Amino acid sequence: QKVTVEVLDHLEHLALVDFRDAEGVERLQKAIQFADRLHEVNTDGVEPMDSVLEDRCLYLREDDVTEGNCTKELLKNAREKVEEYFVAPPGNIPLPKLGERETFLQGS
Amino acid sequence: GCRDWALRFQVSAALREGRVTPTELCQRCLSLIKSTKFLNAYITVAEETALKQAEESEKRYRNGQPLGALDGIPVAVKDNFNTAGIETTCASNMLKGYISPYNATVVQKLLDQGAVLLGKTNLDEFAMGSGSTDGVFGPVRNPWSYSRQYKEKSIPESHSKDEESNWVITGGSSGGSAAAVSSFTCFAALGSDTGGSTRNPAAHCGVVGLKPTYGLISRHGLIPLVNSMDVPGILTRCVDDAAVLLGSLAGHDPRDSTTIQDDFKPFELPSLTDVSKLSIGIPKEYDAPGLSSEIVALWSKAADLFRNAGAKVMEVSLPHTCYSIVCYHVLCTAEVASNMARFDGLEYGHRSAMNKSTESMYAATRREGFNDVVRGRILSGNYFLLKQNYENYFIKAQKVRRLIANDFVKVFRSGVDILLTPTTLSDAATYVEFIQEDNRTRSVQDDLLTQAVNMAGLPAINVPTALSERGLPVGLQFIGRSFQEKQLLTVAKWFEKQVKFPVIQLEEVKRHDLQDQKSASFS
Repeated sequence: QKVTVEVLDHLEHLALVDFRDAEGVERLQKAIQFADRLHEVNTDGVEPMDSVLEDRCLYLREDDVTEGNCTKELLKNAREKVEEYFVAPPGNIPLPKLGERETFLQGS
Repeated sequence: GCRDWALRFQVSAALREGRVTPTELCQRCLSLIKSTKFLNAYITVAEETALKQAEESEKRYRNGQPLGALDGIPVAVKDNFNTAGIETTCASNMLKGYISPYNATVVQKLLDQGAVLLGKTNLDEFAMGSGSTDGVFGPVRNPWSYSRQYKEKSIPESHSKDEESNWVITGGSSGGSAAAVSSFTCFAALGSDTGGSTRNPAAHCGVVGLKPTYGLISRHGLIPLVNSMDVPGILTRCVDDAAVLLGSLAGHDPRDSTTIQDDFKPFELPSLTDVSKLSIGIPKEYDAPGLSSEIVALWSKAADLFRNAGAKVMEVSLPHTCYSIVCYHVLCTAEVASNMARFDGLEYGHRSAMNKSTESMYAATRREGFNDVVRGRILSGNYFLLKQNYENYFIKAQKVRRLIANDFVKVFRSGVDILLTPTTLSDAATYVEFIQEDNRTRSVQDDLLTQAVNMAGLPAINVPTALSERGLPVGLQFIGRSFQEKQLLTVAKWFEKQVKFPVIQLEEVKRHDLQDQKSASFS
């Protein structure tokens, strides 16, 4: 089963990463094919494992502020900033649809 | 001469007794780094700060108050650990120019004990790969490419290009760290291990590579790949040194909630003489397709070594081994898809000039910042996490993970103390040969013997064992029970003593720098 262009487009939106070229799409196809081998394994009655430390309790600490006040250091690494703000381009503008943005998928 | 560099304990004693000073040691390492630049093991060399740290250490030694065994010892750190004030790139365009505002816990611990941080080592981009060939700063060269042992065995071809094309890879993804330790430019290095990334290059570079139990050493500050499998790795020239490093790094960290809260007591390794009470398991599934006959023979020889010394050696089975790579493939890409989401150009790292909208800026930034390997894994991961696929791929893989982990539990419960397996399928390939296949194919092949250990979160160590017919290092892997590093390292140390792995005879370097080192006798 080939992955449809709709799904590929959807993935580019979700991942905000592009397939770049036919090789990228082929890479995904191969990855899925490879992953399908999982279905050979009988996992009836087996619980999914999130962590090898599942039998232990997570460490919780007191909700005390012990560090912080490092605004200057943190802002140092940002390219665009104003006073103590990170500056982002306008939000709430969806990524252009297929056909309107620069993507390899247009051709498919 | 050369051999004296190999045993850090001796250097430690030399520092205490004033036979060498921390600044001398630091300068020699820095000089060696310069003359081995062709290895491309280091991305950043922190010369100024290292010398400063060495001076501080020297003051402490003069006052008779060294901080401990690591005081004044030059170390290197893989470039996916945050190091305050020093660039941390993960060998990616995405983080070029990123100066960490903090130290990873393990880095802080090293510095707190007086270690001298020489620099950041090269890796595959974002630790994705098994060759240390896919970073933006270029591939790392295995120091053994320039060893007399390798050159002696190279078949001279009548129409040969120069030796340039003959160099072999380090393995990966912690290749820079392995090369740095192997070429004597530092005494220990930090790597990371998610699917074998510390043990694989350790095997190819002839050094000790320890993967600790998941939860023993803090991951705070280690730029994550797979949160449920990543661990900091330790690379040294001998097992005793690995134990010292482990002792200084292990323990609960309130900043990493996945570290266990048990008290950790650093230990010295006993010199085991009697292995008769030991039970060694040989998992038959690790006789994998593609395993070189040389390594099969070495593995068998090692099993005999234990048997002849009185240990109980038996074949065991880890039936789901063959599924570990597929399982890893799904879980890894899924976690990568999540972990790489933070790189959007807004707070740190590369930012695209594209300014139309946040979404398009993020997309352009990530398009410009990530290489094919990283992008491929993000896209695959997102696919497996789609609503329609979540149950069939992600949850399914988590179930298979439990089966893999249970395999180990069963075997250890049956009375086996330690498992003995190969670490790699063969000795190191030449770069030219390695790049014939793409990153994913190589990773799938190379991770086979190491990956299941990360699934189960167990400790494992590569011990350099012998040289191959090509004159290159081959190592064997010991796998232990959760949090039983002492037993694991004790057995590894015994084995190390038996096999007496040869010291690398580095040709190029000999002429320039070891000349003045010869006069310092450390014994």
